[in-house]
Amino acid sequence: MTLSNGFVRKYGVIFGLAGIITFFAIESPNYFFTASNFILISKQSSINILLALGEMFVILTAGIDLSVGAIAGLVGAVAAGTIVATGNLFLGLAAGIGIGIAFGLINGVIVAFAKVPAFIATLATMSAITGITLIYTQGEPIWNLPSSFDFIGQGNLADIPFSIILMALAFVCAWIILDRTKYGRHVYAVGGNIKASRAAGIKISGVLVSVYAISGLLSAIGGIVLASRLGTAEPTAGSGYELDAIAAVVLGGTSLFGGEGWVVGTIIGGYIIAVLNNGMTIMNISSYYQEVVKGLVILLAVMLTSFGKKYWNE
Amino acid sequence: MDILKIDNIKKSFSGVNVLKGINLSIKSGELHAIVGENGAGKSTLMKIIAGELEPDAGKIYLNGKEVQFHSPLDAINSGIALIHQEFSLIPQLTVYENIFLGREISKKFLGINFVDKKKMKREAEDVLKTFGIENIPVDSKIRDLSVANKQLTEIAKALSINSKILIMDEPTAALTLRETEKLFSILANLKSNGVTIIFISHRLEEIFQIADSVTILRNGELIDTKKINEVSIEEIVSMMIGKSMNNRFPPKPVKKIEDKDEFFEIKNLSSDAFKGINFSLRKGEILGIAGLVGCGNTQLAESIYGLRKFTGEIYLEGKKMNISKPTDAIEHGIFLVPEDRHDLGLVLQLSVKENHSLPNLDLFSKVGFVASTIEKKSVRDTIAYLNTKISSINQRVDNLSGGNQQKIVLGKWLVRSPKILILDEPTRGIDVGAKFEIYRFMYEQSSKGVSIILISSELTEVLNLSDRILVMSEGRITGELNPRNATQEDILKLAVKGKES
Repeated sequence: MTLSNGFVRKYGVIFGLAGIITFFAIESPNYFFTASNFILISKQSSINILLALGEMFVILTAGIDLSVGAIAGLVGAVAAGTIVATGNLFLGLAAGIGIGIAFGLINGVIVAFAKVPAFIATLATMSAITGITLIYTQGEPIWNLPSSFDFIGQGNLADIPFSIILMALAFVCAWIILDRTKYGRHVYAVGGNIKASRAAGIKISGVLVSVYAISGLLSAIGGIVLASRLGTAEPTAGSGYELDAIAAVVLGGTSLFGGEGWVVGTIIGGYIIAVLNNGMTIMNISSYYQEVVKGLVILLAVMLTSFGKKYWNE
Repeated sequence: MDILKIDNIKKSFSGVNVLKGINLSIKSGELHAIVGENGAGKSTLMKIIAGELEPDAGKIYLNGKEVQFHSPLDAINSGIALIHQEFSLIPQLTVYENIFLGREISKKFLGINFVDKKKMKREAEDVLKTFGIENIPVDSKIRDLSVANKQLTEIAKALSINSKILIMDEPTAALTLRETEKLFSILANLKSNGVTIIFISHRLEEIFQIADSVTILRNGELIDTKKINEVSIEEIVSMMIGKSMNNRFPPKPVKKIEDKDEFFEIKNLSSDAFKGINFSLRKGEILGIAGLVGCGNTQLAESIYGLRKFTGEIYLEGKKMNISKPTDAIEHGIFLVPEDRHDLGLVLQLSVKENHSLPNLDLFSKVGFVASTIEKKSVRDTIAYLNTKISSINQRVDNLSGGNQQKIVLGKWLVRSPKILILDEPTRGIDVGAKFEIYRFMYEQSSKGVSIILISSELTEVLNLSDRILVMSEGRITGELNPRNATQEDILKLAVKGKES
């Protein structure tokens, strides 16, 4: 009984990641299990983890944000477009981040005030935002970006890739906010029991709107890193990212019903996805098969968690 | 003749012995009550009889023959049905669809089986009629029924499969007095039809009203089985808690309530659930608001706390208050301990500490950051004061017993030095020991000058604890009583006033 389901949820995922790493390390000790490859994996996972951290705030309130990939795509385009038009890097970044937060706020207002279920609300905005991106870019990639912009996704700071630094910063902030602040407690409480939270004097709409805004902000940062990594802003660059973000959060043990979850879990969930992609590529497994394996691993992990939960509850 | 015999049943969960060798005989056609504090093993025993759990050791004999149930279906096929507190009905389906769920009657058309709605409706009506259950249209949706009618549907569902033994887990917990009376007359009817009923209840008074015999469990052991006319309520209570408790209520404190003290006033409060409510509450007073379920007292409590819309005026210490959301009440020291703690009182996934802190984070945090030492001290102090039994302040509250959960809900408001506590059914689903402690807590707080509005459907509770009693019926206050010279009948008369006409 001392091993509660919280324990399984929390630490099972660590063993999962360790198991996958061990497997690839045995299969490919010379390529996979090297320091440079781990930095590469971290770089590859950084965009997904940025999006996943925002997604986690939303899922903790028992919501879901399907628009994170679409926002990332639009933000990349707007930031790139602004920089190309004005030549001003910071103006571009500010415009991108502003757009990201704005669409996050719109999601939040639709969910909190119009009371549209989060799945439908963000499915609709995902579609609309994808369209806006295509209209804005006329379907063409934006390039000729200055090298100062490339730094965000490609540069190093003291030998550490800047995108990893951004991811680490986001992780530390998310952890502090969720674990140490009054606001973080409110996020968990609203997801756990919205009626009891209201009766305890928590401003529900404030919490709901803000988690979508946070998701928008982190999607924006992710979108900028993505455009910078590619060196161009592809109009459809963000598509599909929402699924990897949700997968990372769920793999990390956050409950889709809200109220339960651990920031470290989300990071590990993101790494599981990245390690799988990286390891299978090294092993020369075709990307078609990779998708199948990824799906099965997610299914297996979630099944193990719920099995473990049942087992320990008996 | 014994229809059911239980021989040395044992059950443990993760090394904890929940049932330590139970021997019990149930006579055919009797109404047998099972009582015991929370955690005594009542529910576990019932689940074993109904095949939901398998015992570690021991035997069950049905009509003298040994039976082994591996699933609820085995028990149902042997004529044993368990009716839970939480119903197993599907709200979107109709009464008759629920009654025949999983064994729909079909007719063949063009070689294909189609459900025979007409026949199902007719048979459902027959079942209801046979057992004197009236006024439930068989094609109304379950979600549109009252709690009482849902329960009767559940009973009808069990009876329609020829159950010989009906096990009911706290069937009256959510019923009004009148609905309880109706249920009891239906149970009497079932008995005369030869159905054996096993009945779990926390309300000892009603056991004396309907049971033939009573079995007392304590800590997984069977203490005694008695004929109901051979035992008194005090004897049952002392067997339940293992020590003699002459009084279920702590001694009343001596306190002086100033008559003219206009502390809290409600003027002409109205909403869709109540009309023209006027009353005043004095400092340190315990004001009981009694009434049948649905009389509007819960809605009144929730309105004063800012959870519902209403019209009218509320004055605290002579000043008019503007209450439109819970925060408004909280700021003025008015707190609600809700009727349903799982729904409004607790976040079940969160820990004892987090639940305690939820409305108090403003006191425990500095520039938005939670100050862990202040928080932990507050939790520990409150836990100690209320004698809450927990294994750790990081324990999830859904693992706690009802009494300890309620103490968490009460305790979180103590931090904010309450002026007025609104307690809505504060002892519902709580064992005798914890009830006593909550009563004592109420006396202590009111002696300190905290005013308490007590809403309770347990009349003994209202009569014993209150300094003054208001009775509501159909959303209106129908009378005021002085508990020193009022009886349960007096309350009941006022509680049904306006209902008959």
